[in-house]
Amino acid sequence: MSNETCGSNTSEVEALKSRLADSLSGVTLEWSEFREQVRVVCPANELLKCLSAFKASGFDQLTDLTAVDLLEYGNVNDRFEVVYCLLNIDTGMRLIAKTYLNEPDLTIPSATSVWFGADWLEREVYDMYGIVFSGHPNFKRLLLPDDFQSFPLRKDYPIKGRGERHNFPVITRAES
Amino acid sequence: MATQINKQLGDNIFLTTLDAAASWGRAHSLWPMPFATACCGIELMSTAASKHDLSRFGSEVMRFSPRQCDLMIVAGRVVMKMLPVLQRIWLQMPEPKWCISMGACACTGGVFDTYAVVQGIDRFMPVDVYVPGCPPRPEQLIRSIIDLQEKIQSGGTINAREFKLRILPEGPSRFDEDELIRIRERNGFKLEDQKYDPVH
Repeated sequence: MSNETCGSNTSEVEALKSRLADSLSGVTLEWSEFREQVRVVCPANELLKCLSAFKASGFDQLTDLTAVDLLEYGNVNDRFEVVYCLLNIDTGMRLIAKTYLNEPDLTIPSATSVWFGADWLEREVYDMYGIVFSGHPNFKRLLLPDDFQSFPLRKDYPIKGRGERHNFPVITRAES
Repeated sequence: MATQINKQLGDNIFLTTLDAAASWGRAHSLWPMPFATACCGIELMSTAASKHDLSRFGSEVMRFSPRQCDLMIVAGRVVMKMLPVLQRIWLQMPEPKWCISMGACACTGGVFDTYAVVQGIDRFMPVDVYVPGCPPRPEQLIRSIIDLQEKIQSGGTINAREFKLRILPEGPSRFDEDELIRIRERNGFKLEDQKYDPVH
């Protein structure tokens, strides 16, 4: 991944970094930029602190929250990546915050205390990837039935499922 | 003797069986239950609208309560969360009742060969007429209703005896590629071991 920087963005990013310097002094953030998209990787154990600092520095909207399963994805050592897409409504600047997670501990703090809009997004991420968000006010599956056993967007889940779509009683014509 | 009666009564009396009379009435007053979940539902609406005008064939009274219907038209894909609802609605419909599976998705799952989509409703409930197409044109749906009317008139009975004979599931058997995947997983099949594609 090349570090293509774009002239118009650099000053904004530098200003953001200096604003974050006080509140996130002890945290190592990995910044990168690709085609005017600013990305920052936060450590999972300091995630809530980072997200609160991002919100305090102007990113008042969580536009999206999703995850990526990095199984068999090139030269990466981590299994899951949780992605927070943030927007500063006043300046229009966007920031993509990421954090990495590995099995067996797939628990990260919920972002609902920072942006309440994370509620359904986190439930969907749990539904599809099995990542647990601790501190969520109503933590259960969003789309799939409550008794569903697997997490279907994981790369090791077969696309046709493990028989969930066939697990129903058959009604014959004589008994209906 | 017969000619004598014929002369006296003319066209005022005709003889038939109770089965045929009941079937004739049922075939030409089908009340469909539109179970429309996808784009086939749009074609179903078009079939009932003025251009194609399903009421010319005696089945225009769409009812949204299963208690008032005798023809279920499943139009669109059915996912695993929707199938229990579909079965319940089917069981709530009064006898005699029939089912049309409209479109590729309702018949076979169509292009949605994934973990969540049921691969044909006939695996789990009885179907009388299948309509292919993605989505089928209104003419095809009208043809299927005419075919169903013929089926009712040719085999229908007044006390629905013909349904009592259908005691076996009528859909395809459960063995398919999914079973194959599960068997291979049970035998230690791993994703990185081999590029196993069950379709090609």
